[in-house]
Amino acid sequence: MSQLLRLATAGSVDDGKSTLVGRLLYDTKSVLADTLDAVHRASADRGLSTPDLSLLVDGLRSEREQGITIDVAYRYFATPKRSFVLADTPGHVQYTRNTVTGASTAQLGVLLVDARNGVVEQTRRHAAVLALLGVPQLVLAVNKIDLVGYDEPTYRRIAKEFSAHAAELGYPESNVVTIPVSALVGDNVVDRSDKTPWYEGPTLLEHLETVPVHADAEDAPFRFPVQYVIRPRTADFPDYRGYAGQIAAGQVSVGDEVVVLPSGISTTVTGIDSPHGPKQTAESGESVTLLLANDLDIARGDLIAAAAAPPRLSDEFDATLCWLGDKPLRPGARVLVKHGARTVQALVTELRSRFDEQTLSSVDEPDSLSLNDIGRVVVRSAEPLPIDDYADSRRTGAFLVIDPADGSTLAGGLVGAPLSQLDQPELDQADPAAQDLVSPGP
Amino acid sequence: MAETLAIAGDDAGPILQADGALDALESEAIHIFREVAGEFDRPVILFSGGKDSTLLLHLAIKAFWPAPVPFALLHVDTGHNFPEVIEFRDKVVAQHGLRLEVAAVQDWIDDGRLTERPDGTRNPLQTVPLLDSITAHKFDAVFGGGRRDEERARAKERIFSLRNAFGQWEPRRQRPELWNLYNGRHRPGEHVRVFPLSNWTELDVWHYIERENIELPAIYYAHQREVYLRDGMWLAEGPWGGPRDGETLINKTVRYRTVGDGSCTGAVESTAATIAEVIAEVAASRLTERGATRADDRMSEAAMEDRKREGYF
Repeated sequence: MSQLLRLATAGSVDDGKSTLVGRLLYDTKSVLADTLDAVHRASADRGLSTPDLSLLVDGLRSEREQGITIDVAYRYFATPKRSFVLADTPGHVQYTRNTVTGASTAQLGVLLVDARNGVVEQTRRHAAVLALLGVPQLVLAVNKIDLVGYDEPTYRRIAKEFSAHAAELGYPESNVVTIPVSALVGDNVVDRSDKTPWYEGPTLLEHLETVPVHADAEDAPFRFPVQYVIRPRTADFPDYRGYAGQIAAGQVSVGDEVVVLPSGISTTVTGIDSPHGPKQTAESGESVTLLLANDLDIARGDLIAAAAAPPRLSDEFDATLCWLGDKPLRPGARVLVKHGARTVQALVTELRSRFDEQTLSSVDEPDSLSLNDIGRVVVRSAEPLPIDDYADSRRTGAFLVIDPADGSTLAGGLVGAPLSQLDQPELDQADPAAQDLVSPGP
Repeated sequence: MAETLAIAGDDAGPILQADGALDALESEAIHIFREVAGEFDRPVILFSGGKDSTLLLHLAIKAFWPAPVPFALLHVDTGHNFPEVIEFRDKVVAQHGLRLEVAAVQDWIDDGRLTERPDGTRNPLQTVPLLDSITAHKFDAVFGGGRRDEERARAKERIFSLRNAFGQWEPRRQRPELWNLYNGRHRPGEHVRVFPLSNWTELDVWHYIERENIELPAIYYAHQREVYLRDGMWLAEGPWGGPRDGETLINKTVRYRTVGDGSCTGAVESTAATIAEVIAEVAASRLTERGATRADDRMSEAAMEDRKREGYF
C-alpha cells in the first residue's frame, strides 16, 4: 500500500485557501527558515501584525506579469505516516483547466468554503469537476469557523448540505468528510481545537494521514500500456525481451493469462522484473518489465490486459472533453489522441452537449467548445484503441487531445460519460432511459 | 507575533519516511524516463556528478535494465569544479559504459563567445554552452534533476517543460499535465526539458540514496577543508579566485549540500559523515538547499526565475 497521498485543493482566495495551504505546510514543519524569514519580512512590510501564511504560497514576479498565477502549483509536506503531494489549484479564473489538471492525479480533493457563506455555486462546480475526474475522496473544510463564533448549527447545516450534494454526485457517505477549521488561527487543521468541543471527527491532517488511498477498485482488471521494449542483446542477456511500463490498473502475477491489444493474441506472464529485482506479483502504479511466454511482435503503444476481462477495442467512442485549448473545438476537428503510450489521429465527429458551469445544466449540440468548457463528444480514431470507461479505470479511460499543428494539449478526455449528473443537476427531472443511452456502464 | 512561528520552527521536522512513498516516486520517475525513450530521438541527461544527477542516472539505469541506458550524458563544465566531483563523474561514466559530452565554459570564453564576469562567478555562464550543445547535438529531450520543492520558481514547473528554439521557457506555452500522460511534441529546433524528480523533496532524495546505497562524491559528507567567509557563506580556495584581501582561510569541518561552481557554492559547517547523519541534519535543517549555499540564487529574489527564462537548467 502506497504511503504517498496526492491531493488537490480547490476554492477561491476569498475562502482562505492560500492560508489553509500555508498553514498545512507551516504546521507540519515543511517550511524552512529562509522561506519563513521572507514571509516575516514581507508581512512586516505590509504592516501586518501577524505573519501572513498565505505568502508561503504566494506568486512570483513573472506570474503577476504574465498571469500564470492561474496555474497549478505543487506543494510538498510529510509526516511520519505519509508524504503528500498537494496540487494547489487557483479557484477564480480558469477553474476548469486548473481543477481538472490537479484532480487528474488526486486521490483526495479538499474543497474550501467560508463558514459565513456556506456552500456556494463555486463549491458545487468544483465538487462536480472532482467527481467527474474520479477523485475518490472529498473533504470540505468549513473555514473561518472562528468568524461564526465556532457555531455548531452553522457547521451542521453546511455539512448536511454538502453531503447531500456529494451524494448526488455519486460519493458514498464514507468518502466525504466535513471539518470545521480556521486556517488563520490553526483550529483543526493540524492541531485539534478546544473551541469546537462538539466536533468529534479528525483534524484535516489526521484525516489526510489515515484516509484509505486506494485509487482503484481492488478487483480492477489488469491494464498495462507498453511504453518501451527492452532488448539488451548483450553477452549477459542475449535473448532478453521485456515489455516495460507502469501498471495502469489492477495487478499481475507470474502465470497470469494476458491478452495483447490491439492484436488480440493471448499469452502468459512468465516473469516480472521490478526496480528491486524479479517479483511474483505487481500492482497498480508500479513501473515494471513483463516477460511473456511467446516471442510476440509487441511494440510501444500496445496494451497488455487481463485475458479474462480485456478492455473494448474501439475506433469510435463517446467521450467527455475538458477543453483546455485557446482555440475552440468545432465538429469535424482533426486532432491527435494520446491514450496510454499510443498516439493516433482522430476526428471529433460530433459535439453532443456542453456543460454550462454557471447553471450546472447542459446545452445540446453546441456549435463549439471553448477554453474551460466541458462537453460530451464522439471521437473517431484512425486505429482502434483499447479503452475502458473512465468511471471504471482512470488511467485507461483517459486520453489527451493534442493539436497536430502546434503540438499543444487541447483537452483532457474521459471515455464515456463519467458524470451524467453534469447534464442533469436536477435529478428528479432526469430521464433514466436517456442516461442509459449515453452511459451503458459495465 | 512572530514568536509562535519561531518556536515551532525550532524543533526538527519529520525524519521518518514511508517506504511506499519512495517506491511511488521511483515508479513515477522510471515511467517518465521510458516515455522519453519512446517518444524522442535524441535525449540527453544533464550530468554533473552532483547528487541529483547521480540519482537521475541511477533511476535511468533501473528504467532500462538489463539494457544499457539509451541516452548520452552532458556536463556543462564551468571549469570551477571540485576535483573530487570530476573524478567521481568520470568514474561513474566509465563504470556504466556511458557516453559523456562535455561543454566547457572555458572554451566559450577562449573563443570570445562568452566573457568572464567581473565577480568571477561562472554559474550564469552555463546557459550559452548548454544551449549551444543542445543545438549542436540536436538533443530534443534534456533530463534535469530539478525538483519543485527546491525553489518557489519551480513550484509550477511541468515535468515536460517545453523550450523554444532559443531555449527559453515561455509560461504561456506550457501545457497542462493530466494523469500520467505527457505531451512531448515540439517543433524542429525546440526541445523539452524533462524533470523526473519533480515530485521529490530533498529529504526524499537522501532517503532514497540511503535505501539504494548510492555512491556520491565525498564532498557531500563532512571533511576538513580550508575555507573563507564571504557573504555569510564558507567558500573554498580555488582557481576561481579568493580569498580576497581581508578574507582569511580557516580550516573547518564542512560538507556541501549542493555541488556547483566553486566560486559561489558554499560549504556548510557539518559533522555529518554518513548518509544517516546527513538525513538527520537535513531533516533538522531550517534552510532550503539553495538558499543556504548558492550565492547565485541569493542575488535577487527572482534570480532563479530570471535564469530559468533564459534557458538555465
